[in-house]
Amino acid sequence: MKHLIDPMDLTVEEINDLLVLADDIILDKTKYRDVCKYKTLATCFFEPSTRTRLSFEAAMLELGGNVLGFSSADSSSAAKGESVTDTARTVACYSDIIAMRHPKEGAPFVATRGLTVPIINAGDGGHNHPTQTLTDLLTIHREKGHFDNLVVGLCGDLKFGRTVHSLIKALTRYKNIHFILISPEELRVPEYIIEDVLKKSNVTFEEARTMEEVMDKLDILYMTRVQKERFFNEADYIRLKDSYILDLEKLKKAKKDLTIMHPLPRVNEISVQVDDDPRAAYFRQALYGKYIRMALIMKMLGLK
Amino acid sequence: MNIDSIKNGIVLDHITAGKAMEVYESLELAKLDCSVAMIMNVKSNKMGRKDILKIDDDFEVNLDVLGYIDPNISVCIIKDGKVSEKKKLTLPKQIKNIHKCKNPRCITSIEQELDHIFYLADEETQTYRCIYCETKKG
Repeated sequence: MKHLIDPMDLTVEEINDLLVLADDIILDKTKYRDVCKYKTLATCFFEPSTRTRLSFEAAMLELGGNVLGFSSADSSSAAKGESVTDTARTVACYSDIIAMRHPKEGAPFVATRGLTVPIINAGDGGHNHPTQTLTDLLTIHREKGHFDNLVVGLCGDLKFGRTVHSLIKALTRYKNIHFILISPEELRVPEYIIEDVLKKSNVTFEEARTMEEVMDKLDILYMTRVQKERFFNEADYIRLKDSYILDLEKLKKAKKDLTIMHPLPRVNEISVQVDDDPRAAYFRQALYGKYIRMALIMKMLGLK
Repeated sequence: MNIDSIKNGIVLDHITAGKAMEVYESLELAKLDCSVAMIMNVKSNKMGRKDILKIDDDFEVNLDVLGYIDPNISVCIIKDGKVSEKKKLTLPKQIKNIHKCKNPRCITSIEQELDHIFYLADEETQTYRCIYCETKKG
């Protein structure tokens, strides 16, 4: 694995290897604390991020490595008009591996040109965010223990949410997954996901307008934020927003072993009362994000 | 209407009616130092109506561009007044700098020196996507 740009760059076997390694890291972190000694991760973040950048940095530090980088385009030579390729090639002179976030779609792919160190796409606009997908897969693996025979509910903004699209693509490779796509009409999953991904993979799915009507069927509920600005008018937003807020009342109908996930940040789409429910996995998910990045950094650097 | 046959050159036959000018421009035939005949809206048993281009010189046709515009075009190489070779067109796997990506969030929107490249994502539906942002060619 030279670079990681698209979550689908990884085969199921490669993903399994990463999950196994992440499991082992979780089991005994001390075993890995010097694995990346004298290695440096560069975090090139052309736009702000909390979780992704910090989890990359925490991952490298816990592996005993060093971290350098920048956290906005203003503090890099991009502000002087430098190309992404040139920035990446320069940063590669001072580091062993790069994690790049960029607001423009395809920027990390362009950065791979002539690059001598591996690069990880840490999010490019609304396009790809492979380490979020890996985080989601590790969460399902840890919480459920398997990927097959699951009913996966995806709720909220399914139109613009890149995490949802990537997760759908990743899960279609497993057996007997059934998706329930819960969203307002305005934020339905794009047609190409239905036609090119779900139907072509022969994956079963259904669409629902409220989570109440399907709650009892779900093994996983993946929540996303419904943003007010996505609606054409405020009246529609007010009419619909409560249908996409998860609270204890709605959870009454849910299975006892439901796993509630969210890529975070959350605004109000999950009531804080839900946080204490053992089914709420979203903060554990944020932690798994660090472990899967540790595994990924090791694999990409060819370390054991 | 009669157009003289050519001795050595290329005939692009079975062009979808109305597309000859697009082919002419895409292949940059105006830059050639030879006669080019564009015959449009000709009756065709096979197609109803078709366009034809006759180029009175031998040159290397960009088959990718041609295949992308219209994969049904017949490319006939003429030598000594006879068809010496017929080339079959297919949809090219990639097209370079024929279209610009229209996605304002694509990296090509800020990095001017990047080639605009689209790859064939689905042959059946003839769908091309940008290699950078995967936006469908509109």
